[in-house]
Amino acid sequence: MTAKATTSATWEQDVLQAEGPVLVDFWAAWCGPCRMVAPVLDEIQAANPEKITVLKLNVDENPDLAMKYQITSIPAMKVFKNGQVETTIIGAKPKYAIEQDLAAYLA
Amino acid sequence: MRQVIIIGSGPAGFTAAIYAARANLEPLVVASSVEVGGELMNTTDVENFPGFPDGIQGPDLMVKMQAQAERFGAEILYDDVIELDLAGPVKTAKLGSGAVHEASSVIFATGSAYRKLDIPGEERLSGHGVSWCATCDGFFFRERTIAVVGGGDSAMEEATFLTRFASKVYVIHRKDSLRASKIMQERAFANEKIEFVWNTEVADILGEDAVNGVLLRSTVDGSTRELPLDGLFVAIGNDPRTHLVHGKLELTPEGTIWVHGRSSRTSEPGVFAAGDVVDPTYRQAVTAAGSGTVAALDAEHFLAALEQTGDPQVAEDIEVATETPSRASDEAETGVAAA
Repeated sequence: MTAKATTSATWEQDVLQAEGPVLVDFWAAWCGPCRMVAPVLDEIQAANPEKITVLKLNVDENPDLAMKYQITSIPAMKVFKNGQVETTIIGAKPKYAIEQDLAAYLA
Repeated sequence: MRQVIIIGSGPAGFTAAIYAARANLEPLVVASSVEVGGELMNTTDVENFPGFPDGIQGPDLMVKMQAQAERFGAEILYDDVIELDLAGPVKTAKLGSGAVHEASSVIFATGSAYRKLDIPGEERLSGHGVSWCATCDGFFFRERTIAVVGGGDSAMEEATFLTRFASKVYVIHRKDSLRASKIMQERAFANEKIEFVWNTEVADILGEDAVNGVLLRSTVDGSTRELPLDGLFVAIGNDPRTHLVHGKLELTPEGTIWVHGRSSRTSEPGVFAAGDVVDPTYRQAVTAAGSGTVAALDAEHFLAALEQTGDPQVAEDIEVATETPSRASDEAETGVAAA
């Protein structure tokens, strides 16, 4: 299982109403570091299907959510739990560093 | 055990890989997990790499370099070196995945990392209006007022690129003239959205959760003033990425890896360095590529000598092209050449 896409239309259900933690990757096609980090997030999703849900949000196609969450730098990865942002990771990082940042959810 | 491990995947790393692969050294390239291709992956038009008269996009250039290295048998790993042991005949590299690789030689081409301003507010507002990547983040500053700090080619490229989005782009520079190439300067000077703020440095970044301005300080008389801004892009240069080799390889006073003369030989036999990590001066894609070539050829000579002698130290000594050559005119004066 790799990371699926979410949109403004499905945001409420996919993210805010979700049961467990949801990591949302705010990305765009023209962002090089976003393309680099995408496969890493896919791997993290594949390795932890029960613990966390990884979703991708294209900021080009969903500018309303980028604005709402005050995104000014991508890739930006935000972990939502019970509809609230709990953790924010900004910038592409190596897999082991992202896993460290997400340790509380992946344990 | 491998013959050579190449660490880094910018122009230096991939060019070293092309040469090493064509020399049948079957190089392993540890390309990093999220920075494959290096700094050029965050640039747009590259207009000064020979062979591309119409320019080429930075990411396209790096994909082509990688394909060229792979064509000749270089193996690319999308992982990060987290620990290196460079002493002795067997060099080991421990990766983020936990894997350990061994080789007789290492080419270290880790490039450089964005330099920080090192001022209050920078860390807190990083990703909240402070950015190091115009191509990534310019989009979020549509019709906003932003500033670029710096006076080199990167600063001019970013400022010019950012005018696609921003309504106004200040360029803040410590001096009264630019280091950037003439063509980049002229492009920025001709752009109506760009305004230069000369002889000025950024003393602080203002805003709680997001940037709302900067505190500027004159480098002439020390006077300060505030400038309201929505975003700040930092392009004040790069620092060589040497944290993996601290205490293992000699460095220069500039912080780059020290090498013998015009070669790529570091202070450790069998370890070669190339690209921005050895170059405090030129730092171009094409000079890095040339430097990667030197490293691959030096490694090839070293490995051939090692095979003959079995001793890395001896192999190092019989290698070629190490010291800075003396001038023919000097030799004529002292009579050495005539002897």
